[in-house]
Amino acid sequence: MARISLAAPVEARVLDKGLSVGEAQAAFSNINRLSGGIASFLGKVRDDGETQALELTHYAPLTEPAIRELAQEALSRFALDGVLVWHRIGVMTRGQPIVLVMAAAPHRRAAFDAVDFLMDHLKSASWLWKREKRGGTWEWIEPRAEDRLDLSRWT
Amino acid sequence: MVRIVYLGKFADWAGRDEEEFEAPLDWEGLAQRVEPRIAEELRGDRAHISLDGVVLADKQALSAKDGSEVALLPPVSGG
Repeated sequence: MARISLAAPVEARVLDKGLSVGEAQAAFSNINRLSGGIASFLGKVRDDGETQALELTHYAPLTEPAIRELAQEALSRFALDGVLVWHRIGVMTRGQPIVLVMAAAPHRRAAFDAVDFLMDHLKSASWLWKREKRGGTWEWIEPRAEDRLDLSRWT
Repeated sequence: MVRIVYLGKFADWAGRDEEEFEAPLDWEGLAQRVEPRIAEELRGDRAHISLDGVVLADKQALSAKDGSEVALLPPVSGG
């Protein structure tokens, strides 16, 4: 039995502490046990030799409701059984998880596409602000041209 | 009073996370009171304003009353 309970078919959370990837995957797989497949994406703080830490800020009245709405949009746009979006806020260090996105569907293509769609929107169209610490200095990050191009694929 | 909430780099530029301005507050009043570079960025299309948890489609239509919360939202980045 999974130790955490998830909302179905749309599970969306903004988390200010550790994100338990294994538990979330087990619980999501359990509530979507009859789905043909589950696609999962885990975004982590990479080690590029320079970034010492990453911090994500949210605005409570907007961030989680908008992420839930985005997950709901994925559910109606693709043929899914269920969707999960968990996003960390606060300070994270190398190797730590930032975001977990999962989609359960009868067939794989819808699941892959939904995860891709969700990540493109989380990167550059969600109410989150990211800054990175390099060489002891914090610097605000804005989406790259590539991120905006990725997002434009869905319009 | 209207509570102003600064997000992301706007908090750095303002040197605080929030402050209060006299009510009522419209776009002109806001643009005059915030740091010039915040006002400048708010005029662009990648920064937004929310009033009591609702993002304004037209920032210049801002009309905040006593007790309202106005959040100043710089360009976002997540993931």
